[in-house]
Amino acid sequence: MIAEATHIDQRLEPLLREVSDPEIPVLSIMDMGVVRYAQLEGEQAHVKITPTYSGCPAMDVMSVEIKAALQEAGYDAEVELVLSPAWTTDWITPRGRAALEDYGIAVPLEADADKSALMGGKRIVECPQCGSKNTKVVSAFGSTACKALFQCEDCLEPFDYFKCLK
Amino acid sequence: MAMQEDLYNYILGVADNSLILGQRLGELCGHGPSLETDIACTNISLDLFGQVRSYYQYAAKIKGGEETEDTIAFLRKERQYRNILLVEQPNENFAYVIARACYFDLFHELFLLELMKSTDETLAAIAHKSIKEVRYHKLFSTEWVKRLGDGTEESQQKMQQAVDDLWPYTEEMFLPAQVEKKMAEAGIGVDIVKLKEPYYRSLTQLLEEARLRVPDNQYFQKGGKQGIHTEHMGYILSDMQYMQLAYPNMEW
Repeated sequence: MIAEATHIDQRLEPLLREVSDPEIPVLSIMDMGVVRYAQLEGEQAHVKITPTYSGCPAMDVMSVEIKAALQEAGYDAEVELVLSPAWTTDWITPRGRAALEDYGIAVPLEADADKSALMGGKRIVECPQCGSKNTKVVSAFGSTACKALFQCEDCLEPFDYFKCLK
Repeated sequence: MAMQEDLYNYILGVADNSLILGQRLGELCGHGPSLETDIACTNISLDLFGQVRSYYQYAAKIKGGEETEDTIAFLRKERQYRNILLVEQPNENFAYVIARACYFDLFHELFLLELMKSTDETLAAIAHKSIKEVRYHKLFSTEWVKRLGDGTEESQQKMQQAVDDLWPYTEEMFLPAQVEKKMAEAGIGVDIVKLKEPYYRSLTQLLEEARLRVPDNQYFQKGGKQGIHTEHMGYILSDMQYMQLAYPNMEW
């Protein structure tokens, strides 16, 4: 259940990049930071992934899709779920952030973006539609475990905010 | 070997609380008082189930044989569940849902902070993962305690009622079962007795902030950790275990 620091075999990297989060199809699992380890030994690939939230139902799907993607390339994959170190929103890559924002999901930015943003204390979450920071939290719990529901007070559009987890 | 057996029992005791609370919160799916609170309660339920799966998978590994996370969750008899009585109390109304959640979340955070220091690597890892989620749970429940307590006359009255009615179930959290004592001594488990003082201190502070009266009832209920549950438990299990009992060995 414990994974060492990230290690990704360069031969597997492009294959894993093709796998996306089933609930956020624009986001590769590599950019989401859930793949912690990938190593090829002969035909056998060992992959370790970590959940964003403990109960994330997408993990099983990701595991199946990783196996399918690697199988297509002729590898037999073994996917293990690890819990430590625990995932943090800091592991979303800059490319992942850009993809999420294009998709209409705001991303936690600053180090202090965590709970103050969700408590409505500070208005720091930018609307992915119009860029305004005049936004308010509607609910700290959103459409999936990893998201909160926000609304922009300027363009009035509701949007998802990728809940900060540190 | 005895140590492994103790560890197994300890893990079940810890996880059963989250399983039953998760089940209670899950009952609100489609029945929450508003869309947002409905989603919040079921999201919290999902987090708890995720944590429970990690614990049960570990327990199943320790036990070996035919045991799986599913058999642990679904195929035990009422007396074999070791959850505290608090988490099995019904969703009388939203104030009860919130009071029960808040009573547990305050404890859960303190508990995980200690479990993070466990000498058992897996338990420490689960605790590190879970605490990030539990902090959100606590935010949700404590904010609602304040909103309802310091709200209208009606919400204040209902919140007070729930706080009073569930109060007798709080102390059990700090009464260690035999196995909890052993595990705490071994540096694996949490010394829950130590958590009692900070728990009641922060709870008192919260209730005062919410303009609620701190109950002075000193008569507390217990028994869940020994498998002696309130009458609600059987109903929860008959709901929860229905599929597995009606269709033995089913898998998703």
